[in-house]
Amino acid sequence: MKGLLILSALGMLAMLAQIFQLKKLLLPMVLLGIAAAFVSNAMEWQQTFSFEYFDNMISFDKPALAFSGVILLTAFLWFIVAHDYFKTGTHMVDHYVLVLFALVGALMLCSFKNMTTLFLGVEILSIPMYVLAASKKQDVRSNEAGFKYLIMGSFASGFLLFGIALIYGASGTFDLAGISTYIHNNINDLPLFFYLGILFILVAMSFKVSAAPFHFWAPDVYEGSPTLITALMSTVVKTAAFAAFMRLYLMGFAEISQFWAVLLSIIIALSLIIANLSAAMQSSVKRMLAYSSISHAGFMLMVVLANQRSNISIDALLYYSLAYSVGSIGAFAVLYQVGKSGNETFEAFNGLGKRHPFLAFCMAVAMLSLAGIPITAGFFAKYFVFTTMIGTSYKWLLILAVITSAIGAYYYLKVIIAMYFSPASGKEEMQVEGSHKLVIAISVILTLALGLVPGLVAEVFKF
Amino acid sequence: MLTLLLIGLPLLASLLLFASKTPAARNLAMIFSLAEFVIALGAWYVFSTNPGSSLLQVNLTWVESLNIHVNLSISALSILMVLLTCFLVPLIILSSFQSEYENANSFYALILLMQMALVGVFMANDGFLFYVFWELALIPIYFICLLWGGENRGKITFKFFVYTLFGSLFMLIGLIYLYNHTNVEGLKSWYINDLYNAGRSLTDTQQSAVFWLIFIAFAIKMPVFPFHTWQPDTYVNAPTQGTMLLSGIMLKMATFGAIKWLLPLVPLGVQEWGNTAIVLSVIGIVYASLIAMAQKDFKRLIAYSSIAHVGLISAGILSANQQGIQGAIMQMLAHGVNVVGLFLIADIIFRHTGTREMSKLGGIRSMNGNFSVLFLIVLLGSVALPLTNGFVGEFLLINGVYQYSALIATFAGLTVILGAVYMLRAYQTMMLGERRDSNITFGSLHKSDKVALMIIALVVIVFGVYPGPLNAIAEQATKEILMLLN
Repeated sequence: MKGLLILSALGMLAMLAQIFQLKKLLLPMVLLGIAAAFVSNAMEWQQTFSFEYFDNMISFDKPALAFSGVILLTAFLWFIVAHDYFKTGTHMVDHYVLVLFALVGALMLCSFKNMTTLFLGVEILSIPMYVLAASKKQDVRSNEAGFKYLIMGSFASGFLLFGIALIYGASGTFDLAGISTYIHNNINDLPLFFYLGILFILVAMSFKVSAAPFHFWAPDVYEGSPTLITALMSTVVKTAAFAAFMRLYLMGFAEISQFWAVLLSIIIALSLIIANLSAAMQSSVKRMLAYSSISHAGFMLMVVLANQRSNISIDALLYYSLAYSVGSIGAFAVLYQVGKSGNETFEAFNGLGKRHPFLAFCMAVAMLSLAGIPITAGFFAKYFVFTTMIGTSYKWLLILAVITSAIGAYYYLKVIIAMYFSPASGKEEMQVEGSHKLVIAISVILTLALGLVPGLVAEVFKF
Repeated sequence: MLTLLLIGLPLLASLLLFASKTPAARNLAMIFSLAEFVIALGAWYVFSTNPGSSLLQVNLTWVESLNIHVNLSISALSILMVLLTCFLVPLIILSSFQSEYENANSFYALILLMQMALVGVFMANDGFLFYVFWELALIPIYFICLLWGGENRGKITFKFFVYTLFGSLFMLIGLIYLYNHTNVEGLKSWYINDLYNAGRSLTDTQQSAVFWLIFIAFAIKMPVFPFHTWQPDTYVNAPTQGTMLLSGIMLKMATFGAIKWLLPLVPLGVQEWGNTAIVLSVIGIVYASLIAMAQKDFKRLIAYSSIAHVGLISAGILSANQQGIQGAIMQMLAHGVNVVGLFLIADIIFRHTGTREMSKLGGIRSMNGNFSVLFLIVLLGSVALPLTNGFVGEFLLINGVYQYSALIATFAGLTVILGAVYMLRAYQTMMLGERRDSNITFGSLHKSDKVALMIIALVVIVFGVYPGPLNAIAEQATKEILMLLN
């Protein structure tokens, strides 16, 4: 909870920085603030009880704290990479503020216990992201991305709100535990519109995590937004949305899982097939990563589908989010460097192995991790998903996951092949800042460390 | 202790080579691989004097909550495979002495990394660890083929990678399925014996499913018809050392896996579907032999002959009797050595003449008699002439398959005849007769090539005349496996 407060205060302070001419101090201040939030988060983790606030509308229990930790860690790394995104353009302070408030929303999504806080979290997270997507004001595609994101996002919010209203109509409560009790007591005669409510929320949340067939916004928005904002979307926003998804469906609606599981399995199957086939056909790396994020969404949803009533599911999702976030931050940071030439296609990576061996190596590790090859974090992430899924009746989905993973290797390897195999088109020198190198190195080290010692995270949930 | 050393030394050496920029990478790699061979010999000695020695076992916890252990041990089967690996890697490095590679440091570092993973596969006693080493072996060979391969390598290595990854993921699911069925005092376990127990407690249909999940991974890696399409292109396009690693050792991962990680794991599944798998293997034998006969490129011919040989090995293993498995083990050793020898010969011919097309070559014997003798010895080993190392294995294999089914054995026996046909014809075209192209000359061999070839030829003869010690270990290994089956 203190993390949430610190971030909110930080956001307001950042707004004041404009007035008091503290622009130079802003980045150190933000980094310090996020670090403080992370530390207080870790301290709350040490306690055995969970922290409940506002009549149990927000509850920082263990899963909430764990996902908040992942988000804060990625945000910290992201801010280091992003500092020169803030330098370009005019409204630097505004951008800081928007990102900080998006983080507040993300933390709320990890910790909500009530439908109203869920909705607030979604909106607090989404609205700054709409603005940030369009933040390259002179660029038509960035504007288009922001516009598309806004329209589609509002649409999904509408669905969410409608769903919440229907569920409230049936159960008479916004409280997640209350809804769960309601389901338990009326398991045999739930009204039809209650089911409809759950369906609507499923649609809205699938939109937020960009799962097919509600994914159409994702490739365009990812491609049009400034690369660093895309990185933020595919890590922080994604992790938060999954934390929320899991909280809703595993804590709130678990008891009628036979109703939503069928629909969810179709969503997963579509995500895996559409995303992987489309990703294989892209010529832009950024668009490929967008589709890959849809495919990873499919994988993460499998954990929700498996619906294991123990900590295995939470653990698997947490590990997956962390592995995916760390790998993505690295990949996007490299893409940002390579894309400075204005070209973000596979050809832009040609000969990177010679032009800048360090970047090429880090990108190769990130790609192998996203493809799920041992000894990277991505492998254990996949392993945990398979483990949760294998006991369920959805064996066909597992086979599909294997086949699409093999397709996935195709487009990740395409990057590696371009880097090491294709000759460089130009011989331009690549200048990479020290701080960027640091973040990329950290992401590689974390990826390998998580792969070698998965116990670091996998054993977190032995409570 | 020794097991950890066997893993640790190549790993350290590889990291060292990655980090350093020394021009002596080749020599360093040679020294490290020889040291590794000495350790392997030491392990052999310890194993033959005291098989239960604690020097040969290690069991450390890797991930406690998932019961994953670094459980390595040396059994009769693994000591043979470890010896083969550690014997071949220095030879493979030696064979590279006449080729100049760009970024030689990384090249040799990758070879040593590969060795680490291979040795790990052969010693792992923990299902998860086995899988990790298995996948890990793929990464270095992928980069070796990608960075130092021939033309079109991008597409070809990619096909190879995706194919094998596809198979491995199925195996992972099969293994996790078994893991979920283990029950050791209420806990799950990755330990191999617990997996064996879990596998045997499954019903018919469950075992059949697991059989296919795991067999596909092995079938792709060996490769068995119809999963072989990645192999010829990859073998031909990889740099010679990569081809040697692939055919000499990596392929043995799959046959080794079939013996240790398939037969005792799902015996009912093998009973149910073994027949189908054997038929596939035998189709592969005939098919690959026929294609090999039509080849013009010598390296490609060896690639196809390898499919034929491994088909017989696979059929022998799946027939699941004493002769079949023991023959498979012996043939794995012999084939490893012979195929490395053959690829070295193909490389030597290419370096001297600039072509691998057999029809352009001829009369090499008149230009270099020593080479033609060494070639002949390796070739005879490969066609399994009595008193060469290939004979024992092939004889036992056909005997084993015959006990399973006489009809299948008849077709399987074609390998020997067809193999002799295309190998001897290739020899005749390239080495004997008149020179076809007067521009092609063939000078004396380089020292490193000569040493490598002589060592291989020596092994072909020595273990052909006196296979006793290896055969005894292979017999023991087979008995251990069969005891698990009954």
